[in-house]
Amino acid sequence: MQRLRRTMMFVPGNNPAMMADAHIYGPDSIMLDLEDAVTMTEKDAARMLVYNALKSVDYGDTEMVVRINPLNTPYGKKDVEAMVKAGVDVIRMPKTETAEEVREVEREIEKVEKEIGCLGRTKIMAAIESALGVVNAYDIATASPRMMGIALGAEDYSANLKTQRSDSGEELRLARETIIVAARAAGIDAFDTVYSNLNDMDAFRREVEYIKTLGFDGKSIINPRQIEVVNEVFAPTQKAIDKALAILAAIKEAEKKGSGVIAVNGKMVDRPVVIRAQRTIDLAIASGILKEEDI
Amino acid sequence: MNTIKDRAADIAAAAKHEGKTVYNPEAAKPKNETPRLELQKESPKLVTLEEAIRKSGLKDGMTISFHHHFRAGDKVVNMVVDKLAEMGFKNLHVAASSLQDVHEPLINHIKNGVVTKISTSGLRGPLANEISKGLMEEPVVFRSHGGRGSAIANGDLHIDVAFLGASSSDPLGNACGYSRSENAKSICGSLGYALPDAQYADKVVILTDDLVAYPNTPNSISEHNVDYVVEVDSVGDSSKISSGAIRDSKNPRDILLAQNAAKVIINSGYFNDGFSIQTGTGGASLAAVKFIRQEMIDRGIKASFALGGITAHMVKMHEEGLIERLIDVQSFDKVAAESIKTDPMHKEVSANEYASADEPGSAVHYLDIVILSALEADVNFNVNVLVGSDGIIRGAIGGHPDTAADSALSIIVCPLLRGRIPCIVDEVTTLITPGSTVDVIVTEYGTAVNPRRPELAERLKKAGVKVVDIKTLRDKAKSIIGEPAALPFGDKTVGVVMNRDGSVMDVIKNIKG
Amino acid sequence: MEIKNANAGTLESGDILVQVAPSEQGGLDITLESSVAYQFGDRIREVIAETAKEFGVDGVKINAVDKGALDCTIRARVATALVRATGKDIWKD
Repeated sequence: MQRLRRTMMFVPGNNPAMMADAHIYGPDSIMLDLEDAVTMTEKDAARMLVYNALKSVDYGDTEMVVRINPLNTPYGKKDVEAMVKAGVDVIRMPKTETAEEVREVEREIEKVEKEIGCLGRTKIMAAIESALGVVNAYDIATASPRMMGIALGAEDYSANLKTQRSDSGEELRLARETIIVAARAAGIDAFDTVYSNLNDMDAFRREVEYIKTLGFDGKSIINPRQIEVVNEVFAPTQKAIDKALAILAAIKEAEKKGSGVIAVNGKMVDRPVVIRAQRTIDLAIASGILKEEDI
Repeated sequence: MNTIKDRAADIAAAAKHEGKTVYNPEAAKPKNETPRLELQKESPKLVTLEEAIRKSGLKDGMTISFHHHFRAGDKVVNMVVDKLAEMGFKNLHVAASSLQDVHEPLINHIKNGVVTKISTSGLRGPLANEISKGLMEEPVVFRSHGGRGSAIANGDLHIDVAFLGASSSDPLGNACGYSRSENAKSICGSLGYALPDAQYADKVVILTDDLVAYPNTPNSISEHNVDYVVEVDSVGDSSKISSGAIRDSKNPRDILLAQNAAKVIINSGYFNDGFSIQTGTGGASLAAVKFIRQEMIDRGIKASFALGGITAHMVKMHEEGLIERLIDVQSFDKVAAESIKTDPMHKEVSANEYASADEPGSAVHYLDIVILSALEADVNFNVNVLVGSDGIIRGAIGGHPDTAADSALSIIVCPLLRGRIPCIVDEVTTLITPGSTVDVIVTEYGTAVNPRRPELAERLKKAGVKVVDIKTLRDKAKSIIGEPAALPFGDKTVGVVMNRDGSVMDVIKNIKG
Repeated sequence: MEIKNANAGTLESGDILVQVAPSEQGGLDITLESSVAYQFGDRIREVIAETAKEFGVDGVKINAVDKGALDCTIRARVATALVRATGKDIWKD
């Protein structure tokens, strides 16, 4: 089953209590933050803390992501070294504007991976947080085979556009659509920005519904309470599940007959439909609607 | 034979037959013509605290009792014991329904020999700390609320004089945990834990900070059971007796535990129209009620009653028509206390009617579901709610073992870890609620079902609850925090834990250092 | 290796505050105050000593105030304090 990335939960990298049990809330990915959540004077402490946590805490099958500081700061290269040595799944680059920046990080990762003998283990994702980044979205998305996704960082982006965040999110429209299209064209995942008002869960739900419609794979979240809402929105309808089950049954049937043609109710099923059906089933299982043994 | 004179001989004969004397009009008391509102103030029961103590016949070595409805705000225990010390009493047995941080002054009274024995449901703060380290020669006797009620009724715990604080009383002793007068100073709602004392103690003294006109009805404690009434400045600090507003926990771990607990309840097989429920006051327990409420609305299910410590959440659901009746031994907040004052469907019960094992009619017998907390639970589902993992007494038995034993489904909600302290362990530090009475333990890492209930485990698994072996939870805790070292207990017994049937369940040893 | 006064960590629940100072006597001198001293005091001292040994320092006083930190947090805080005290990072530049 392909990895689901409905929720990527941000956890400050200098808070040991939050880091110790972030996975119990069941986010699909956890992003430990060495960048904005950590003050300049604590960068070294947070790096050491995250390094040790990644090495010792059993996060189960949660995907572990670390947001590093940019390479052009005094912290970026050390962050890469420490996180690769700790065995992180994904390095998240902040404020990415060009493909070259991705390749730079890739080279740093490779250096460390060679040193410890695990070449190719670490994936990269890039946060796009500026106009230039949006313009270069596809180049960034395809800059390295390690790229697993791109994400929108809306705060810096809207400041860069010389506008502010609004309830409707109108100012983010082009960025969201560009990121989705770039990610799909590159065959990687797309993540939407955070929603920070924890007191308005209805507005949060509306935003999640909206970005799901746009095509995003998931949402960046800042609090465990947001997980359930995202999962509910991303849970497939019973109708979609029934249809997906029928398609999967047809595939099995075709395999049994040794036939290359898959048909449901006499209609041919295309490959994209098969892929979508599989994702529907994965989501249904992850949402607890369907059980593995029911398939 | 038409006049009374004519019948005199017969009257004398009848008196002889009855063994009585003949009425003598000369000896009859003159009629009191004082207006009755004035007369009340001369009630022979109305005395000072010192007079009440003297008149009660209290002697060294006797047992005095208190209730804990004023919680952290209580002033009665300290006021009375200070007075007893001043009057030179020694060797007293303090039998309280529970003791709190505020009762720290008892430490000195113990050191001075005024108090030499304590019976209670719980101990907290500096007093608990000192006792855990061996302050007293005689071990403290711990009983559950139901167990205390039974012990008072059957004579195991004989009370010589009960000193019971009340938020209002008339001069004859009709007393309540709230007041209907304008001068109301305090409110605690139900006086459930004081009712066995009022009923069974040899002498009963009411202390009140709002002396109201007779008759103070409807009343909790009846004048029939009261010997003396003492007016005092304050029975308790209102701000510490009960909080006003409902505060919903925003702690994500509490919310996760609550969601897990609600899922267990909803899919347990007991969540049907007419069910009954009791919950605690912890953040997770209160949050669980919110989830259950939504599910009740969605399914159109109503509860017949909610029991126990009643909270604002329960009152709200009662007012919404989701819970028909409230049975209240202790009102946990101001909303609950106000409700018991005004709503006849909100019933006050004594500790015995609440949770005694001896009373066939006690409410716990008719309880479907109870949600409880724990300091620790072990792989045999035993639970400890009294002694901390550092060996220091820091809790109260409360109604824990009573409700666990008598309910159809008992659910313990506790985190796997509190900081670096494990809550699922090999063996609980002190045995309070036996595993044979515990059905489900909910943690943030999974839910364990007592192997005694395979049908329940099956139902929950089917509903998508993450059911795990309790030993897996213990192992998980150890893998995160490591193996804790053994506690340095000494040889002295500082506490005795009574089971609700009057047998001895466990002892607490002194902790060194 | 020259050792300056330095510290790392916080007094928040689940964390540990580690203070490092030079010691004239040489060796390692650990003082510990912990909310879980009964159950984990020895283990915490062990982790502090191990981390200091791996770092290769000698002649340090380590004063730690623990609020129930896990071993991995203790290691991180001790290592950070030692890096700050010695100016010798374990990551390349």
